[in-house]
Amino acid sequence: MSNLETLQKEPRSGLLKNYKLEFTPYLLLIPGLLWLFTFFILPILNLSTTSTKTRSPSFETGAFDQTWRFLNYVDAFVENQEQFYRSFIYALIATVLALAIAYPLAYAIAFRSGAMKNILLVLVIAPFFTSFLLRTLAWKQILGSEGPVVSLLQNLNIMNSGQTITATSFSVIMGLTYNFLPFMTLPIYASLDRIDPKLLEASGDLFANSLNTFRKVTLPLSMPGVVAGTLLTFIPASGDYINASILGNPNTKMIGNVIDSRFFRVVDYPTAAALSFILMAVILIIVSVYIRRTGTDELV
Amino acid sequence: MKEKSSLSPEAKSIINAKLTRRTLFAGVGGLSAATLLASCGADASKEVAAGIAEDVGGTVRWANWSAYLDAKRVNGSRTYPTLEAFISSSGIDVDYLVDVNDNDEFYGKVQGQLKLGKDIGYDIVTLTDWMTDRWIRLGYTQTLDEANMPNKGNILPSLSNVGFDPGRKQSLTWQSGFAGFGWNKELVPGGINSVEQLFDKKNKGRIEVLSEMRDTMGIILQYQGVDITKPFTEDQFMNAIDFLEKQISDGIIRQVKGNDYLEDMAIGDAIAVIGWSGDIFSLNAEEGDKFEFAIPESGGTLWSDNMMIASTSSNKSNSEKLMDYYYDPKVAAEVAAWVNYICPVVGAQAEMEKIDPELASSNFIFPDEATLSKVSVFRSLNFEEEVKFSEAFQMASGN
Repeated sequence: MSNLETLQKEPRSGLLKNYKLEFTPYLLLIPGLLWLFTFFILPILNLSTTSTKTRSPSFETGAFDQTWRFLNYVDAFVENQEQFYRSFIYALIATVLALAIAYPLAYAIAFRSGAMKNILLVLVIAPFFTSFLLRTLAWKQILGSEGPVVSLLQNLNIMNSGQTITATSFSVIMGLTYNFLPFMTLPIYASLDRIDPKLLEASGDLFANSLNTFRKVTLPLSMPGVVAGTLLTFIPASGDYINASILGNPNTKMIGNVIDSRFFRVVDYPTAAALSFILMAVILIIVSVYIRRTGTDELV
Repeated sequence: MKEKSSLSPEAKSIINAKLTRRTLFAGVGGLSAATLLASCGADASKEVAAGIAEDVGGTVRWANWSAYLDAKRVNGSRTYPTLEAFISSSGIDVDYLVDVNDNDEFYGKVQGQLKLGKDIGYDIVTLTDWMTDRWIRLGYTQTLDEANMPNKGNILPSLSNVGFDPGRKQSLTWQSGFAGFGWNKELVPGGINSVEQLFDKKNKGRIEVLSEMRDTMGIILQYQGVDITKPFTEDQFMNAIDFLEKQISDGIIRQVKGNDYLEDMAIGDAIAVIGWSGDIFSLNAEEGDKFEFAIPESGGTLWSDNMMIASTSSNKSNSEKLMDYYYDPKVAAEVAAWVNYICPVVGAQAEMEKIDPELASSNFIFPDEATLSKVSVFRSLNFEEEVKFSEAFQMASGN
């Protein structure tokens, strides 16, 4: 009996302590929540009410009436399907390419770079020292139709005289891959670097060859980095419009370009708002399916 | 005299904005919680357009298009001789900002602040007639004080009384010009005089057209035999859109761009364009004599850009003095000699004789009747047409 009593008492006194502890996380959340409320929730609410407006009968620039027209969403999607599909396909290809480039790179930095490790890491981050826009503009110059690369390839007869590199879907995808590569490399590096070398040794002791060690030990342990990296690449890439507008042509425009043009050029806020919501929803669906399949237990 | 206010610029702009419940909700995304609380005290009963800012003086910030003011390279950096002269003679500081790439793009950037009466970062803006019309209509400009502008009367009679601004009370012409064909003489030795030549298959992927709808569509419409000064139909416009769409889907057109098509011409990505007359001369001045301009056989467009003082500017009298300075015929001639656009100032031609007699007879600066007969002004569109046409134009351009 007495044993049981103490057992019952202990959790009770613990409960009081826990109550205080439980409260602290919420207090800590307040600054973040306030921030989110002001700069995320409020704009989102504003955007959502805008998305169901229609132009006022006068057609005056920027004048809209709230008519709760949810068909705006259907119209916005149907009219711009092509750019939606294109955005997700480009983002997907760029993500796969970035993974293919970043994984070996991160692996080499984590396991094979020795004293060079810090220098290599700085080099991965170095592009961030200049603006995203400038770097993309630089590619446009380097790969320009009269630029050094095209001239060389044309002189070597690898490219025909009429062919160009920029203003194609190739250059847009290349730009996306390039611009988001560090976002793929760093998380993968971080999870590879955390792997305890003893695990790899143990795998060898158990007679696994290097391929099996990679498949059964290294790769699974680096999955959180891969998942984080692919998300950090795919999400911004599918909403990007800089690469398509600088390195593309009118036939390679992405959904970001359409939203930009509806907001700023046509001054059609409802369509722009509806498109933004559709984009957010689609990304949310894709990401949650992806996360469910890959698991996020070790993410963060 | 001016009343000195103890409020910070932010506080002033909040009060000036006089947010109503509706505008408050519309602008809520960019406002902090503190602003929200502050504005609840403001008059919420009636819808007031954001007020005109108080004139407190300071540096004049002037938004203009590229290749639009006489420039010189000194030790690798660009300086503007006439502007320097103004700064040293008047003591008024000027920030010359080449920030207008396209009327729509610029409007899109600043319209949120204009609506709320918050500083847009510019005192003088330079925009094309149809966009000037929109600004004046929406109350985004300040009425010019003629006492500060003795030279204002030098404006060409043809420009002094325009439909969107009778008596030029809100705006003053900066330059006028033509839209037509520009090309790289080395890469297009045959030159370009017609729309067919521009969109020839051999130019595939190397042609750029303006994102300024009235110029690109104006040239295509005239090519299809439509008089753009008269009320043409929506069908006629959409036919021209189909034509543009075909050039884009065939890959002939590389990009549809604002004033930054000049960079693509300079690096050679674009070998021929639908572009603006003076730009091509400025490009020649900077890149060596490689480019040429011609008005299309089937007709080009004529437009004017206007200087206006934004309603949010707290620097009115200095801005007026700067605008007035450029209406001195001598200064206007100096600018025209560099920009090669149509000069709006009476007496500039006589001054030009002293600078460069050849330019005084240039049809691109002081056009004769024969030149003017080859260009037309795009008719004004009603709101509904403007929405429909610009949407169709944007969709044809891929976005």
